[in-house]
Amino acid sequence: MAGDQVTLLDFWASPFGMRVRIALAEKGVKYEYSEQDLRNKSALLLQMNPVHKKIPVLVHNGKPVCESLIIVQYIDEVWKDKAPLLPSDPYQRAQSRFWADFVDKKIYDIGRKIWTTKGDDQEAAKKDFIDCLKLLEGELGDKPYFGGETIGYVDIAFVPFYSWFHAYETVGNFNIEAECPKLIAYCKSCLQKESVSKSLQDPQKVYDFIVMLRKNLGVE
Amino acid sequence: MVMSNSSFRRRQGAKRKPISSFGLILPVMANSDVKLIGAWPSPFVMRPRIALNIKSVEYEFLEEKLGSKSQLLLESNPVHKKIPVLIHDGKPICESLVIVEYIDEVWSSGPSILPSDPYDRAIARFWAAYIDEKWFPAMRNITAAKEGESRKALIEQAGEGMVLLEDAFGKCSKGKGFFGGDQIGYLDIAFGSFLGWLRAIEKLNGVELLDETKTPGLLKWAQRFSSHPPVKNVLPETDKLVEFAKVLAKYKAAESTS
Repeated sequence: MAGDQVTLLDFWASPFGMRVRIALAEKGVKYEYSEQDLRNKSALLLQMNPVHKKIPVLVHNGKPVCESLIIVQYIDEVWKDKAPLLPSDPYQRAQSRFWADFVDKKIYDIGRKIWTTKGDDQEAAKKDFIDCLKLLEGELGDKPYFGGETIGYVDIAFVPFYSWFHAYETVGNFNIEAECPKLIAYCKSCLQKESVSKSLQDPQKVYDFIVMLRKNLGVE
Repeated sequence: MVMSNSSFRRRQGAKRKPISSFGLILPVMANSDVKLIGAWPSPFVMRPRIALNIKSVEYEFLEEKLGSKSQLLLESNPVHKKIPVLIHDGKPICESLVIVEYIDEVWSSGPSILPSDPYDRAIARFWAAYIDEKWFPAMRNITAAKEGESRKALIEQAGEGMVLLEDAFGKCSKGKGFFGGDQIGYLDIAFGSFLGWLRAIEKLNGVELLDETKTPGLLKWAQRFSSHPPVKNVLPETDKLVEFAKVLAKYKAAESTS
């Protein structure tokens, strides 16, 4: 759409920000990427997301949209002529929303427990994490994407966390691929898509970032 | 105790949307099979009930008992094992707000629940998520929290949330009676389903969360919402919820000591 002003307030390592980047890339939307300093939040961020003060925030013609999955749905509804992210059938749409919500409720929080805890707590988190991934692996089945033949809403919700797997594995001392080979193969094939490879981050950089965060939090 | 949907026995057929890729239109189905697994006190269950009432859809309400989960529930929602679950022609849909969007999309000939403008939809979804992730968890913990500092902090947090929602009401309603404008919509349903519990928590703890000075808009909206036909028989009376809260507390205490 000509004349659209689109800005994304984001943080390089955030899997939530990555979701929005993938969605914008899939739709071919030109936008300005604005890296935010989360330890020293800008006036713009606080103005655009006064309730949560978090990234990502999509600013479209001056109006802010917050919460990554809400932003992805907004992008799908506004730029609706290209690459539909949600299926057209209401039942399939409900299934997509359910599984994206599952990713939201589980993956980040359990993953966070892996790198912020030790001992029994960490072991429990690792087990929970693998259980969740196995459920997702079952839901994926033999399809190329959760969305079917093309990348969709659930794929976008989930695949950014792949950037963080190396960090979880190293800190937690476990091997995700050994437990969920099909899911990892799926993540790798997603990376073949430019919209995904350009949006995700180098796992080594993410690991270095987690190491720094752990030091700051005093976890060792 | 099974609550019947006696107020809305109008026989409106459940129409399905056409399959867009082939341009086929499926025949209008007289009584498609709609069941809802739930429980009368649950605000999450109230959401799809209100949505089905708005669309004048008949459904069978399958009530779960406190303390046990039916085989049907465990089979229909193996991931979370929670209510509500909508079962439409044998297919389960889980998560209250996902169900509300599904109801809006399937019974598209009835009054619209989601706003039509994408930005308004994003705002409605934002506040619904805020209510579920921030506001209600603070509310729910007020009664259980120990007297003193921690309870005070939770009450303050809930109060701050009410002020935010008062402001959201002003912006979303644009001078009309509901978050959805002239008709109740997604955010009315998402927030309004908690009104019974809000009043029960006020009574149980001697606090005022809806008040004339801080939340005048919401105070009037609450009265309007509660008396609206699709809502009236679904929102439980405050006293019934206060009684239930006591039963629930006893049950939880017994569970933790067994």
